[in-house]
Amino acid sequence: MASLAARNDGTRRDQRPLKKRLADASAPYLYSAPALILIVTVMLVPLVLGISYAFRDIQLLNPFSGSFIGLDHFKTLSQDDNFYRALKNTLWWTGWSVLLQFVFGLILALLLDKPFYGRGIVQALVFLPWAVPSFLAGLNWSWLFNPVVGPLPHWMFALGIMNEPSNILSDPQLSMWGPIIANVWWGIPFFAITLLAALQAIPRDLYEAASIDGAGPVQRFLSITLPFLAPTIAITVLLRTVWISNFADLIIVMTNGGPADRSQIVASYIFTQAFKRLDFGYASAIALVLLVLLITYSMLIVVLRQWLLSKD
Amino acid sequence: MTGKRIVSIVAHRLAILAYVVFALFPLYWLLKVSVTPNKLLYSEGIRMWPSRTSFEHFEFVLKHSEFPTFFKNSLIVSGSTAVIVTVLASLAGYAMSRFNFRGKYWIVTLMLLTQMFPLVMLVAPIFKILSPLGLTNSLTGLVIVYTAFNVPFATFLMQSFFDGIPKDLEEAAMIDGATQFVAFRQIILPLTLPGIAATLGFVFTAAWSELLFSLMLISGNDAATFPVGLLSFVSKFSVDFGQMMAAGVLALIPACLFFLLIQRYLVQGLTAGAVKG
Repeated sequence: MASLAARNDGTRRDQRPLKKRLADASAPYLYSAPALILIVTVMLVPLVLGISYAFRDIQLLNPFSGSFIGLDHFKTLSQDDNFYRALKNTLWWTGWSVLLQFVFGLILALLLDKPFYGRGIVQALVFLPWAVPSFLAGLNWSWLFNPVVGPLPHWMFALGIMNEPSNILSDPQLSMWGPIIANVWWGIPFFAITLLAALQAIPRDLYEAASIDGAGPVQRFLSITLPFLAPTIAITVLLRTVWISNFADLIIVMTNGGPADRSQIVASYIFTQAFKRLDFGYASAIALVLLVLLITYSMLIVVLRQWLLSKD
Repeated sequence: MTGKRIVSIVAHRLAILAYVVFALFPLYWLLKVSVTPNKLLYSEGIRMWPSRTSFEHFEFVLKHSEFPTFFKNSLIVSGSTAVIVTVLASLAGYAMSRFNFRGKYWIVTLMLLTQMFPLVMLVAPIFKILSPLGLTNSLTGLVIVYTAFNVPFATFLMQSFFDGIPKDLEEAAMIDGATQFVAFRQIILPLTLPGIAATLGFVFTAAWSELLFSLMLISGNDAATFPVGLLSFVSKFSVDFGQMMAAGVLALIPACLFFLLIQRYLVQGLTAGAVKG
């Protein structure tokens, strides 16, 4: 900073020799060079390469593949029913996961915002799922849904929700709910932590003033808490939506997209095409479509944000 | 104390209890099955605690399976990734925090973009790039990939820690004749130790949890990380629930250790905000 201030100050500008000025100007680039080089070679180059694969016939096991085939993959894709189902499932998966994580996360944050005996330890315990590796969360829940070792099917049977203790992960109608429930369990702490931090930044005297004026708890929540939380809620929900729509781990671990592709989302469909069928070209074409959809979504958010800001 | 108040307190505590049970039950069940002897696994299927416990599954997993190798591989990969990422992110984060330079806007934009696009897109191209270099089926390949994925977020994290340290400190050192790099290394870095620890922890857990790229890049058992080993075990011996869950409990250990380490800061940070009110 000191050197920068000196450089911007015209009178002192030429006091330093050229070599020193060059060294000062290049310093920030030298500091960030290693990180940048890595990001460019391991993320940007593959991204560009992946986009080019979308227009080529690339199959790992076929040495004669590799030629440019134009838009063929996209023609196949437009008639691929599994892709459309995956697209619909992505909406379903993302929508329910985000909604339930947010609602239960908000309730948890509100509960933890009140002081009570043992709050520290309770916070540590309810935030624990957040630290569980996602593959283990997926396995753990698929075991819980398994009638052989897990209690859930038996409980649902006892409650009359199920006709017999069976595995919902192998039921084409219900299989999607398995990963969603696991995702909710895993993601509640994230929302709770963020929202709790925002809650605790609300000045307490506002609440006192409101109760003196005779506002009930519901009214206080609606007219103080919610407006204060709104910016945090908006940003967290929007970022989380993008993140969850790409989050394929739980589905791959728990159902592998099955039975019969009924719980496949776009991200897990891409992975299946690349990993199981080794069809890199087709996988990249689907990935390109997903990227375009996500960019569109992000642009919408940016425009919406600008509009909301200009309204204020 | 009025009756209405007592009711609301009881409701509050019950709701908290429900959350604690929901959060812990799956992990409790994992632990429970891992200590249930095979004989009792089916006869006492949904009992809350088996009538007899044993560590036979843990013993088997540690002695007769390849899980110790997987565990070691995961430790090497996650540990190296955490260290390398933290070094690179400290340097880049320092540049972001202390310098105002022309390329800064573009670097920040680039790093934000890498957080937005679906990493699953890169599975195929990265495999194609690493394969001729002999970096598939190798721990080095995984470390390179994980390091790149984690550097952007770690840089932002380190930048926020550097932002919290007054600039006068290194300016004073530089007036005394130290170069900026010496000031950075000897004065600023030691002050950011908590931030460095947090970054190490975050990256370690992220690398420990990563699944898709390790599935794609690793095929043999020798270089398999814990997720790959556990999943291949599940698909091969899907009836040995006790052993799988014992392995699952082992996979949980590093993550829980890290969590215990940082949750104090997490809670501290949050309650520090509460004290104001």
